[in-house]
Amino acid sequence: MKHRYLKNVATLRLSAEKCIGCGRCTEVCPHGVFSVNENKAKIKDKDRCMECGACSKNCPTNAIAVDSGVGCAAAVIIGWLKGSEPSCDCSDSEGCC
Amino acid sequence: MSNEKSCCCSASSCCNTKSITPYDKNDKWVTGEIFTLKGSVPVVSTNLHFKDIFGAWKVRWGIGRMNYKISPGLYAVGKPDHTSPVLVSANYKLTFDVLRKELSGLNCWILILDTKGINVWCAAGKGTFGTDELVNRISKTGLSEIVSHRKLVLPQLGAPGVSAHEVTKQTGFSVVYGPVRAKDIKAFLDSDFKATEEMRTVKFTMWDRLVLTPIELAAAAKLSLVVFGILFLLNLFAARPFGLADFIAYAGAVITGTVITPLLLPVIPGRAFSWKGWLLGLIWALGFIWYSGWFVPESLLLAIGYLLVLPSFSAYLAMNFTGSSTYTSFSGVIKEMKIAVPLITISLIVGIVLLLINSICV
Repeated sequence: MKHRYLKNVATLRLSAEKCIGCGRCTEVCPHGVFSVNENKAKIKDKDRCMECGACSKNCPTNAIAVDSGVGCAAAVIIGWLKGSEPSCDCSDSEGCC
Repeated sequence: MSNEKSCCCSASSCCNTKSITPYDKNDKWVTGEIFTLKGSVPVVSTNLHFKDIFGAWKVRWGIGRMNYKISPGLYAVGKPDHTSPVLVSANYKLTFDVLRKELSGLNCWILILDTKGINVWCAAGKGTFGTDELVNRISKTGLSEIVSHRKLVLPQLGAPGVSAHEVTKQTGFSVVYGPVRAKDIKAFLDSDFKATEEMRTVKFTMWDRLVLTPIELAAAAKLSLVVFGILFLLNLFAARPFGLADFIAYAGAVITGTVITPLLLPVIPGRAFSWKGWLLGLIWALGFIWYSGWFVPESLLLAIGYLLVLPSFSAYLAMNFTGSSTYTSFSGVIKEMKIAVPLITISLIVGIVLLLINSICV
């Protein structure tokens, strides 16, 4: 059974103009969000994007943008309590991941 | 843990060799050393011993989890030479063990980055499994003089932290992202560094979810000690003291949120984790209240109180499982929390007030 999370929330954006069709995004995406046809990448299933940021980090022409972050409620709560950015920083406590 | 290898021998040639990667001589997983132009490299076993398996079990329960690491640096599997592939990984011992046990019969190098004892995916998210650390580690180990080729195999889940083209620009090494799971590495290397779509996709099987539940349960148990402490104090002046039935009701809600909801995750209707947890928590609460015979006028406060409190606990704990899941996005979690957190809070407060009234005033 396939896991599905909330619809229409992912901040993933792809600029077809800048794309050179190298296919790196299909190589790094853990959820098969991209496909490459006729030397252009295409977002085939945006709702499966988990905003890990692998595609934008590895896109050699900066054609992909995504507001990446950890999809972790505990990290968000820690961020709210501390008044800081949500961080999954487990280095000083037994936290998440 | 790590000590420098002492230089010590009668043969004059070996005295020029320094150790590239420090390691503890008592570690059973190091089976020997291999000598390179840049110094000696520990050779690691591809078998797991009792200590490795017990160590994995402990960290799954959160015991010593933040200090389960090995020295970063270069390691060898089999008898690698200058043409052998280089696999890159993290210095979390659990990660390292999962990797090396899949490498039997291979000759390869393993370049371990300093991720502060965190697994590849989480470290990549934080950037410690990242471009800078990789570039740095390549130069520290002298890798470019140990291998003659210029190709690195990175775990695919390291990609959120590493910019492949940037690594090539700075070091001359090209980056190939390998499969998500270590068990596919042999097939990946055999097929000339080609990963199938199946190897590239993250799954989240029932087993994957099961091994993550002990840590959730252990964390909830720690928090529960506070709850039990408060209940103990309340019992000192309660008309209806909290007892075994209350403990079972609470423990059931905790297990529903930390174990049952994660296990049944894809089959529970709905998408938000807190909703899934709330739904199962409600079923638990209804079942337990009915079983305890609390659906009667004289126990009405108790029944309503628990119907508000128990599903809220389960919802909150299930929501926290988003951090362990492999598919929730930051934007999605924020959207879910903006609705769930206020509802959970209100439901909890009203429920607790009702339970207190019932316990103290009745």
